[in-house]
Amino acid sequence: MNLKKTSAGGIALNADPWQAHEVRVVQVIPETLGVATYELEFVDPAFARDYHFLPGQFNMLYVPGIGESAISISSPADSPEFLRHTIRAVGGVTDAIAAGGKGMSLGLRGPFGSSWPTESCIQHVGAPKDVLLVAGGIGLAPLRSAIYELIRYRERLARIVLLIGSRTADDLLYLTEYETWKEQGIEVHTTVDKKSEGWEGNVGVVTALLNQLQLAQPENTVLMTCGPEVMMHHVAESALHLQIRADNIWLSLERNMNCAIGICGHCQLGPEFLCKDGPVLAYPRVAEWLKVQGL
Amino acid sequence: MSDLPTLQAHRESAIIAKSELNRLVAILREEGYSVVGPRVEQGAIVYAELESADELPIGWTDDQGPGSYRLEQEESKDYFAYNVGPHSWKQFLFPPRHVVATADRCGDGWRMEQPKANHPKYAFLGVRACELAAIAIQDRVFMQGPYVDPIYSDRRSTALILAVNCTQAVSTCFCTSMGTGPRCSSGFDLALTEIEEGFVLEVGSSAGADLLSKLEARPISDSANKSAEAKRQRAEDQITKRMETEGIRELLMSNLEHPRWDHVAERCLSCTNCTMVCPTCFCSTVGEVTDLKGDHVERERTWDSCFNLEFSYVAGGNVRNDRRSRYRQWLTHKLASWFDQFDSSGCVGCGRCITWCPVGIDLTEEVSAIRNEPNRKRSLPIVQSTPSNLCRNTKDKA
Repeated sequence: MNLKKTSAGGIALNADPWQAHEVRVVQVIPETLGVATYELEFVDPAFARDYHFLPGQFNMLYVPGIGESAISISSPADSPEFLRHTIRAVGGVTDAIAAGGKGMSLGLRGPFGSSWPTESCIQHVGAPKDVLLVAGGIGLAPLRSAIYELIRYRERLARIVLLIGSRTADDLLYLTEYETWKEQGIEVHTTVDKKSEGWEGNVGVVTALLNQLQLAQPENTVLMTCGPEVMMHHVAESALHLQIRADNIWLSLERNMNCAIGICGHCQLGPEFLCKDGPVLAYPRVAEWLKVQGL
Repeated sequence: MSDLPTLQAHRESAIIAKSELNRLVAILREEGYSVVGPRVEQGAIVYAELESADELPIGWTDDQGPGSYRLEQEESKDYFAYNVGPHSWKQFLFPPRHVVATADRCGDGWRMEQPKANHPKYAFLGVRACELAAIAIQDRVFMQGPYVDPIYSDRRSTALILAVNCTQAVSTCFCTSMGTGPRCSSGFDLALTEIEEGFVLEVGSSAGADLLSKLEARPISDSANKSAEAKRQRAEDQITKRMETEGIRELLMSNLEHPRWDHVAERCLSCTNCTMVCPTCFCSTVGEVTDLKGDHVERERTWDSCFNLEFSYVAGGNVRNDRRSRYRQWLTHKLASWFDQFDSSGCVGCGRCITWCPVGIDLTEEVSAIRNEPNRKRSLPIVQSTPSNLCRNTKDKA
């Protein structure tokens, strides 16, 4: 039984896991249709000082009277005071946040869950690692904090490739940042499912981009992916074909996260509680379960 | 349980007269305990607060089978001549409805707080061996992971457990297969065995010893000891239901596409009864309850069930959108993936899910059916392309 709490990126030891903390929406950055990024600030500065998260973790955002929603953090982990969440308005809670906009008061519980293996990529033994990031749609949001972390330690890594798939060119998230990321040493490639007027880039699924990659050191390559489950399944299969080790393939999965602390039962995928064992898990832990429909 | 000393050190056997049970209840009530025990209500033996031992189901017994439960009155005046009913102790430690947090509008913001801890100090009277095992399992779920649920932990830490050894069994009992009973071996403050002359007591903690010292107890005679042993043996001998547990995790997890899941789905009503009566099922959901103005909000946790369609809701649909996948989730979680999560089975062999299933589905038979013909796959084509329930491109749900 794991009785140890993670020191960085976790709610404080002995804290009541049901206690929400008030935050204010201080900035709303429109992204794509129905999607915006919300910058949040803790009302209590003492709590803000103690708040830390790891790339890939999520918070439960709470609108009193409506409910909670699990939202991944998409800002740099080294600046937790600058807390951003990219949210698509698709339900009661997210619609209310979209309607509330700047100045809105929200509750926040978190951070919860596991994180991307950025630390093990950065603190390598032997040759610097190659890192592949594969995003589908809004799946880029939880990967963004990993991107910032990898950029921060860019010199400790070999190649960093970011593959982004989206439905249309208009759905490409964080479009204005791609040039900056390229300048900071990341290869960024995009593809769309549906070509629209003026789009000169790739058309097709993101796995097609992945299959075209020539990897110099697949055995020393780490892949992180987030997107629709079926996409991640295909990404993992492609990665295995590229000779990437199964335990170097990391997925960020989603189920109905309700309590976020592994005691409500909603987010189970086979033996995993995705809120507390996940959302980020190594492929061998879940490969078997992803093949079973309705598990 | 106030503490858990080594059992042998405290295992002193004494005997009290049956009438002494009234004194026991009175002492506990004087000490501020809410004494909860079995009583007859609505045609069943349920757990409710007791003011006196006279309210115990004296002279009542039960007959249980798949989808069937009947109370019967007996000639004897035994206090505990029944088997576990629809209630379990989880309703006291993990309340079916409980406010976990509140929010009050405060200017243009919200004040978010935890309700003040306010719960009775419970003394559970009549906890059976399978129920001790169930409490130990829920202890692991709510208190021994990375997060501690304060609601469960507050109630559990002050609860006193007075166990009762079973002296008979019904056809749905299979604790012997799960290694949980019928003998109470640990996890109690006091354990009682009912015999003709009274109750033979076994001490399991210093709180239990302290309680015993306040009762008019006699040292146990050889004959009383023998009768107690014979009564306990009778319960064990009456258990006929078996479930083979050898390799059960691997068996179930490697048969997720077995046709038996379709077979059981044709019978299962998805009514959630099995999960409500199960003493270890811990699923819950939190809902918002507001006042008329919407200025005061209570976040209310209620029991939920993996048999509810919306249980597996994620933006884009419900992952488990048929009964087959929901029954499979329940059974594989209970008997297989529970080992990965909590180092034990989630089943204690109490048989409640069999008795209270309206169509009498018996999990031991479902497991046997898979065990007898393993590695079969359903003949229906499995849609491999892009099942709608996996086609999601958002990390949000509400």
